[in-house]
Amino acid sequence: MKKSFAIAEVVVKELFRRKDFYVLFIITVVLSVLMAGVNVFNEPSVARYVKELCLLLIWVSSLVIAITTAARQLPVEKEQRTLFPLLAKPVRRSQVLIGKFLGCWLACGGTLVCFYVFFGILSMSREGTWPVLNYFQALLLHWVMLGIVTAFTILGSVMFSAVSANITITFALVAGILFLGRHLNKIALQLGEPLQAVVYGIYYLIPHLELFDVRDLIIHNWPLIPWGVWLGALVYGAFFTALFVWLGCVRFKKMLVH
Amino acid sequence: METVTVERQSGAARRSGGGVAEARSLPICIEHLRVVYKAANRKAAEKIAVNDLSLSVEEGEVFGFLGPNGAGKTTTMNVLLGFVQPTSGKAEIYGKSVRDEASRAELGYLPELTYYYKFLTGRELLRFYAKLFELPRAEAEKRIAQALKLVEMEQAADKPIRSYSKGMQQRVGLAQALINDPKLLILDEPTSGLDPLGRMKVRQIIQRLKDEGKTVFFSSHELGEVETVCDRVGILFNGQLKESGSVSSLLEAYQCNLERIFLKVIGFDEDGNPLSGKEVA
Repeated sequence: MKKSFAIAEVVVKELFRRKDFYVLFIITVVLSVLMAGVNVFNEPSVARYVKELCLLLIWVSSLVIAITTAARQLPVEKEQRTLFPLLAKPVRRSQVLIGKFLGCWLACGGTLVCFYVFFGILSMSREGTWPVLNYFQALLLHWVMLGIVTAFTILGSVMFSAVSANITITFALVAGILFLGRHLNKIALQLGEPLQAVVYGIYYLIPHLELFDVRDLIIHNWPLIPWGVWLGALVYGAFFTALFVWLGCVRFKKMLVH
Repeated sequence: METVTVERQSGAARRSGGGVAEARSLPICIEHLRVVYKAANRKAAEKIAVNDLSLSVEEGEVFGFLGPNGAGKTTTMNVLLGFVQPTSGKAEIYGKSVRDEASRAELGYLPELTYYYKFLTGRELLRFYAKLFELPRAEAEKRIAQALKLVEMEQAADKPIRSYSKGMQQRVGLAQALINDPKLLILDEPTSGLDPLGRMKVRQIIQRLKDEGKTVFFSSHELGEVETVCDRVGILFNGQLKESGSVSSLLEAYQCNLERIFLKVIGFDEDGNPLSGKEVA
């Protein structure tokens, strides 16, 4: 794992030195502070709308960071030819891929912490409370969801040489799952065979990213998710992440590098 | 036209002894290597990149791997580095199959024109590669300092790579190839794209490595430089080893410089006109 962590360290350094994160963070901060400063009709519940919009910005920003960072990794290494001296070291291809995944995921974790701390401070300034455990549950679920997305994007980067194709496909799939994933079974019920079986198959095969979207938990200060359920969701996310990383390793091992 | 054969590939294979004990100690041992690239589509034909190549490189020698573009040099190097799997035949580094990543523990590699991670400094780049060899921190720092000194990059070590010139990038590339203090160096056109001063510096470094007893296997189109630096050369053409031997024996046998030998071996006269079948060496 030491070699994978060395590779991950380079990925993290790249993300924080390329300044993409700072741009997205500053945009989120500016928009959120502007929204928080607005007091519409002296309505006390306006804070909830601000929180909702701010969290939506955080979700979009985190997905942009996760997908664009992960999609660049291997194609850019190939294009810049840095993959050659890297693979010429006594390092297995699976270690390289795991390192790339870890780097992207850890970098996403770092950015999420910054976003959630800012969000917590902002909402505390409006509501006077900071339910830390709710934030912890939401943050970790969000991070695990980004793990699935990152692993899927890394798998895509082994399969597609064009970064843009990978980014477009991943964004489309992630958006599709987030918006339609939970409704697929209901859609299937209205269809005839064999389409019903196909849609049901998709429903059971896809990673249900919407399960990790617990924004309402902190928007409406709902009670905590039962810890067993929360842990189950983390295991579910870890399973899909591991599956995509493993598929990526298998594909990368067979890939000709020349 | 006189046909001279100083050492054919079968001879190289013989020289490696064929014996298991001797083959194990050789820095590079390639036997009957064949690499065929599959066709990209049904209409295209498969490409034989390397065909029945056998050669060995002795400990401490500088071996120049020559050939025109598309001859199969880079493919052979890619096989040695484990990037490409051979279709048949075997390739070993210090007795270990190139399929085993442990074969790369004693190896340093400088690819042709690589743009290293621009967001890192030269020193950070070397630290990263040192970590891949799992060197202890103190040992890594010592080797980084030595490598930077050898390539004369101490002053620029803490500047980002994006600010380096092409020559500096190539020298930091050489430093990364030396970070594990390798016994064997594989250099793919190390002076490609460099100005005369940069070429001279890289040549001096190769000479110093040779003096330190390192084995160097390198490809180059700069035949004058090969003549100066190399002990032995191999000339590859259409995936086959057409000629191989010590530089001095080749010069003596052909009675001309390496450039003319090279042209003759690949079937051209000194003006670049194709030779007839009988004239080809």
